[in-house]
Amino acid sequence: MRMKKSNKIIFTILGIIVAAYTLFPFYLVVLNTFKNANGIVSNPIGFGGVSFSQLMTNISSVVNNSNFNFWYAFGTSVIITIISLVLLALFGGMAAWVICRNKTKWSTVIYMVFIASMIIPFQVVMLPLISTFRDVGQFVGISMLQSIPGIVFAYCGFGGAMTVFILTGFIKGIPYELEEAAAIDGCSPEGTFFRIIFPLLTPVITTVTILNGMWIWNDYLLPSLMLGQNGKVKTLPVAVQAFVGSYVKQWDLILTAALLAIIPMIVIFLIAQKQIMNGMVEGAIK
Amino acid sequence: MAENSKNTKLLSVVLLVAGIAGLVIALYLDFTRSSAAFRGPLLVIGAIAALLGLYFYPTVEHHRSIINFIFLFPLLFAFAVTVIIPLVLGIFYSFTDWNGIRLTSFVGFGNYVSMFKDPAFIWSILLTFLFVVFNMVLINIVGFLLALLCTSKMRGVNFFRASYFLPNLIGGIVLGYIWQFVFNNVLIQVTAKWGMVNSVLANTKTAFAAIIVVYVWQYAGYIMLIYVTGLTTVPKDVLEASSIDGADALTTLFRIKIPMIAATITICTFLTLTSAFKQFDVNMALTNGSGSVADFMGSYLTNGTQMIALNIYNTAITKNAYALGQAKAVFFFIVLACVSILQVRISNKKEVEM
Repeated sequence: MRMKKSNKIIFTILGIIVAAYTLFPFYLVVLNTFKNANGIVSNPIGFGGVSFSQLMTNISSVVNNSNFNFWYAFGTSVIITIISLVLLALFGGMAAWVICRNKTKWSTVIYMVFIASMIIPFQVVMLPLISTFRDVGQFVGISMLQSIPGIVFAYCGFGGAMTVFILTGFIKGIPYELEEAAAIDGCSPEGTFFRIIFPLLTPVITTVTILNGMWIWNDYLLPSLMLGQNGKVKTLPVAVQAFVGSYVKQWDLILTAALLAIIPMIVIFLIAQKQIMNGMVEGAIK
Repeated sequence: MAENSKNTKLLSVVLLVAGIAGLVIALYLDFTRSSAAFRGPLLVIGAIAALLGLYFYPTVEHHRSIINFIFLFPLLFAFAVTVIIPLVLGIFYSFTDWNGIRLTSFVGFGNYVSMFKDPAFIWSILLTFLFVVFNMVLINIVGFLLALLCTSKMRGVNFFRASYFLPNLIGGIVLGYIWQFVFNNVLIQVTAKWGMVNSVLANTKTAFAAIIVVYVWQYAGYIMLIYVTGLTTVPKDVLEASSIDGADALTTLFRIKIPMIAATITICTFLTLTSAFKQFDVNMALTNGSGSVADFMGSYLTNGTQMIALNIYNTAITKNAYALGQAKAVFFFIVLACVSILQVRISNKKEVEM
């Protein structure tokens, strides 16, 4: 282990250079939201023209913009993400438990279909999905497109396979004796699941919630197709896209909108950094 | 106890009957094309009531099966409606002249023939393959080097790891616009001094390179995390033994670390492969597929940087050619399915060898 100290310095310098590169775009976003439109165009890198009151002006002009409707889009995104995550964890856990603990032909078939469906790209189902949702919605009188329940339903369908896959792998490792003991003590099957199995799933549910949450929060294509570009209900990515489309080259507004869109994610990352990074890795390895 | 069971049975039967009645009435209204607004909620309430009735049905023998059914039903129903039915319909539609709402005739393989005669689509396929190859190689190399950096004994590893991973948190649409700003407004000031007046996004070749740069920037941090996990599973005693035997850092890397994380390399390779194939958001936000190609298969193209996922989207949504877009999507699905089967084969082989 010769040259250890100099190696350490070289590595650290290298690390700083790479970090500077990965963080540079974020730096530019934050910096330029402190400037007005002219300041951004004439001097996007330097500190010239930076003022705190300009930041407030930019934020208020974005937040109060009727095309962007930031708080409404933000709230819609939060509601869709949270309800989808709760339902996916609950229904996914229930389904995975049944699939795992019933060694019948049917449960194997269902499991195999779930696994196989994970290779289906969204593009191949998106067009018939929209028409099916529209037709079924009109037929039964429930608005499936342009509605929050409809999009939550779609996320439950699309996230189901991966959720069941990861949860099944975990439930297999829980000793069956636990459930037998509960049954002997007079616990019903549903009681066994909710009182014994579901609490034990906490770590793996954290993992699937992180994976699904990152996907649902950032997803653009599904909400843009289901809710429409100019529909009443908008998620944050759809709102950003619609906003940028209507304000070509107004970088002061666009960058402020981008900043507002990324802040929630970064705040959550700072709080649950370790869980998010571990969850992402576990999801990939399994 | 008997009284109690009688009550539950009554409750169960009432719920079942009411639920099924609700379902039947709602469906009757649907089929008679009624426009009564309550038929939607009635259907949902009916279904829930029927399930509850089933749940309360006092039977020891079948209770487990009933629970199994109720537990599986919600997810399977959503899955069938959002994935299975659209998939079957989609494959069916690709052989018709479907326009997104209705279809009038079958065209056989007509859509498939015309899509392969379309130079713009062939260009998108080739471009996607090129993009996939570049990304697979670059992201894995960059991710692996970053992982080596993050597992070396440097100060502030946690900070570096988090900052490399940060781009991965943000959706492709927002990232695309941020980078559009970087290329069009910031980088141009640097390149202008070298005599390049136009933005890199204005030229097809450099714009394609720009998409790769952004995608590597976004994805390498994620791949790095997986490699870090792989590298930390390499046993310490093996590394110690190699250093005692006098192996230098490079030998340790190539003879010990890389062979020992072969499984991780397979995972990362296929992860980058499939995600690069599906790339849509950054492509849309950064260039929206624009870019001119002077002469490809004898025609002038304007979709120089349009990859396959964006091509499908534009064919269907922008140009309103739903059946053609669907046929392209089915082709896309077949390619991805082949890749996935290949991945399973290779991983299984590896497991046997170990």
